[in-house]
Amino acid sequence: MLRGHQTWVFDSKPIILSSAAVGGPFEAKGNLAEDFDILHEDLWLGQDSFEKAEKKLLEEACEKAIEKAGKKKEDIQFFISGDLMNQIISSSFTARTLGAPYLGIFGACSSSMEGLALGSLLIDSKAAKYVVAGACSHNAAAEKQFRYPTEYGSQKPPTAQWTVTGAGAVLLSRKGEGPRVTAATIGRIVDMGISDPFNMGEAMAPAAVDTIETHFRDLNIDPSYYDVIATGDLGAVGHRIAADLLIKHRMKIPSKIFTDCGIMIYKKEQPVMAGGSGCGCSATVTYGHFLNRMRKGELKRILIVATGALMSPMSYQQKESIPCIAHAVSIEM
Amino acid sequence: MSSKKNKKLTKAQQEYQAFAKEREPKRKVFRNIFRAFIIGGTICTIGQGLQWIFIEYFDFTEITAGNPATAVLIMISVLLTGLGVYDKIAQWAGGGTIIPITGFANTISSAAIEHASEGYVLGVGGNMFKLAGSVIVYGVFSSFVVALIKITIQWLGGM
Repeated sequence: MLRGHQTWVFDSKPIILSSAAVGGPFEAKGNLAEDFDILHEDLWLGQDSFEKAEKKLLEEACEKAIEKAGKKKEDIQFFISGDLMNQIISSSFTARTLGAPYLGIFGACSSSMEGLALGSLLIDSKAAKYVVAGACSHNAAAEKQFRYPTEYGSQKPPTAQWTVTGAGAVLLSRKGEGPRVTAATIGRIVDMGISDPFNMGEAMAPAAVDTIETHFRDLNIDPSYYDVIATGDLGAVGHRIAADLLIKHRMKIPSKIFTDCGIMIYKKEQPVMAGGSGCGCSATVTYGHFLNRMRKGELKRILIVATGALMSPMSYQQKESIPCIAHAVSIEM
Repeated sequence: MSSKKNKKLTKAQQEYQAFAKEREPKRKVFRNIFRAFIIGGTICTIGQGLQWIFIEYFDFTEITAGNPATAVLIMISVLLTGLGVYDKIAQWAGGGTIIPITGFANTISSAAIEHASEGYVLGVGGNMFKLAGSVIVYGVFSSFVVALIKITIQWLGGM
C-alpha cells in the first residue's frame, strides 16, 4: 500500500473500465480533436451562462463514460470530482444530476489526478465497486473568475496560458478489462514565491519536479520504466523549466518520453501563448488521447503528473505567492 | 524585480526565480511599443477625422465637435466589444487600445456583457464599473486635487 513517504501502490490494480472526454470549439480545432468523444461547436453549449456550460461538459463526460462501460447511473457508488469554479459548483451540480454519493475535491488543475488517485484508493480498499472520477474547466468561466471579462482588451504576455474548455471522466472498477491504475504519488505544496498569475507554468514546474522525483524514489524505479511521462498543464514555458530542473537534479528522463498535456492539446498556430491549462487539460488529454493510445496498444505504461496552482483571485490581489502542487498517477495496460 | 521584494524570499526561491527567468520568453517590449503607437495613433487620427467631419458638415465648432466625435468612438468601441473583436485587436495592439477613450468604453461594456448572466441589477449594474470604477474614483479625486491647487494659487494672486 504505502510505499516510501508519499506513494500508494494499488495491489488490486483498479481497472479503468471506460473513459470519456468532452471538448469545446477551440479544442475541436486542436491537435487531439479525434480523441474527444463529444466536441461542441458552441462555447455556450446552448446554456445561458458559461458556468452552466461548464457543468454540462462534466455531465456529458460522466454520462458518456458510464454509457461506454455499459453501466447505469445507479451502479455508481461514488463520484469524485473537482473543478476551478468557486465552491466547485460544476462538480457539485453534476453530482446532483448523477445522484451518486459524492466527494468534491479541489486541487485546482491537479484535480483530475487527485480524483483518479482517490477513486483508485476507494476501489483498492474495497470501499467501492464502481467509482466515477472527473474534472472539468471552461475557458470563459475561468477567465471571468480569475482574470478579466472575456471581451476585455488586455494584452496577455507570452507566458500566459489558455484554459481548456473540456471535461474528462473515468469509470473505475475492481473487475473487467482496460488500463489499470497501479500507483499514485500525492504531492506536497511547493511555493517558489512566484505571484504572477500569467506565469503559472513557471510557478508550478518545481511542484511537478518534486512529485516526479518522489515518485521514482518511493517506487525505486527508473524513468525509462514509462513510455510517457506527461505533466498536466505546465505549458511550453513551465515544461522547459521542469525539464532543465530535472537535468540539474541529475534525474534522467529521455526528452522523447517527457511531454506536457498543455503543449499537446493545441496546434502551434492557435493563439494560446504558452499552451493549455485548467482541470480539463490533463483530464481530456489523459482520459481521451492517452487512454485511447493505451487501448490501441501503442503505450504500455504512462505517468501523468497533473499540476495545480492553488491560488484564488483574492489571494493574488493580496500579494500572496502561489502555492503549487502536483499529483502523479501511474497507469499501465 | 525590486530588491525589497527579494528580501522576503528564501535563498532557494531566489535561486529558482533566477533559474526560471533565464528560460522564460521575454515580452517583446519594442514591438509592443511600436504597435501601440500605430494603433493608438490610428484611433486618435480617426477621432480627429470625426471632429473635422462634425465641424465641416454639421453645425459644430472646434470646441463643441469634441463631444460627438468621442461619442462615435465610444459607440464603435462598444460595438466591437459586443462582436467579440475588440479583445483580439487589443492582444495585437497592447497599450494602443487601452489608453484612448475606446479602452475605457471596452472595460465598461465587457464587464456588463460578462455579468449579464447574473441579472440586470446585481449582474450588469453591480459589475459594470468593476474595472472602470478605479479609473473614475482616482480620475475624479485627482481632478479635485488639481482644482484645489489651482484655486489656492489664484487666491494667492498667482494667476
